[in-house]
Amino acid sequence: MEMKPQLPGGLTASQVLDTYFLEARARLIELAAMLDRIDRAAEAAAVRTDSRLKFIQDSLKILQRSEPGRARAIQELYSLK
Amino acid sequence: MFFIDPHIHMVSRTTADYEMLALSGVVAVSEPAFWAGFDRSPAGFMDYFRQLTECEPRRAAQFGIEHYCWICLNPKEAEDLGKAREVLAEIPSFLACPNVLGVGEIGLNKNTPNEAKVFQQHVQLAIEATHGTRNGGKHALILIHTPHLEDKLKGTRMILDMLRDFGSAIDPARVLIDHVEEHTISLVKDAGYWAGMTIYPISKATPARAVDMIELYGAERLCVNAAADWGVSDPLNTHRTMLEAQRRGHKLPELLKVFHNNPAEFFGQNPNFKIKPIDVLQRTHQQ
Repeated sequence: MEMKPQLPGGLTASQVLDTYFLEARARLIELAAMLDRIDRAAEAAAVRTDSRLKFIQDSLKILQRSEPGRARAIQELYSLK
Repeated sequence: MFFIDPHIHMVSRTTADYEMLALSGVVAVSEPAFWAGFDRSPAGFMDYFRQLTECEPRRAAQFGIEHYCWICLNPKEAEDLGKAREVLAEIPSFLACPNVLGVGEIGLNKNTPNEAKVFQQHVQLAIEATHGTRNGGKHALILIHTPHLEDKLKGTRMILDMLRDFGSAIDPARVLIDHVEEHTISLVKDAGYWAGMTIYPISKATPARAVDMIELYGAERLCVNAAADWGVSDPLNTHRTMLEAQRRGHKLPELLKVFHNNPAEFFGQNPNFKIKPIDVLQRTHQQ
């Protein structure tokens, strides 16, 4: 199914950023804190190769893409093939 | 589990919230003076201070909660130096009220020169309150708001610099610097001040991150609050932080220390505050 390229309702990119930036910022800090927490936990080395951590690292690479479809790509990354 | 909510703006909350707080173990609240969502006149401040010192204690008492407050002109209203002068002139008389703990929440909002000037005037006012018998020859307790988001780091540094300029006239043990986060908590604690963490849905800290900071920087001189007000906020975020700590295996003595005894210790430096720390040693065997 083709994704529609534009937001309905005439919202500008700047308005979208205004609306969601703080929420995104909070989630990024929360993610960073969670990764720090894993490092501080007992037996941290044992999970270094855990596939869930690799999922997070690969998801962060997807976030750096400049084209749309990032959410779908992360969902596919986490889906059973 | 007993809680003292060290920072909550009850004038913005319903009476049902008082009941909910009482039902969830809150025995006392501390309400700093803050911004009402619009800039008030000096006369408006006098009414607000009366609300804090006369009305709210009665409303809280209906549910067995002790209500304490702090008096100041909030940094968001500090740009008008003339108004600040008028309001500050009236503050000493309110500092003598029986439920007032000290001067607060003063601080910075956008880190402007006028905000800094009014902050310093408030600190001076707290120092001049030394001579009251209630403070035992020490300056009045001070509660400090640090700015939001991108202004927080710079503002926290400015506040610490300004406090340092007062030299020995300021005792860090009688100052709590609030809304610390990962990038400011060690600045505050290393300088010997008390630190407050605020749990908000989006800005400031979350329960998980607050517990991280307790683990990383220690529970000494650290308080947790929900700073619930008229914005998007939740008085039970303090409790959610306690639950997160409990989930990670923190034991009752430490939970009581952070959520009850630390506020009792800091506030208790003013004899107006009546609640004493709970002796947790007697209960450690129940863990």
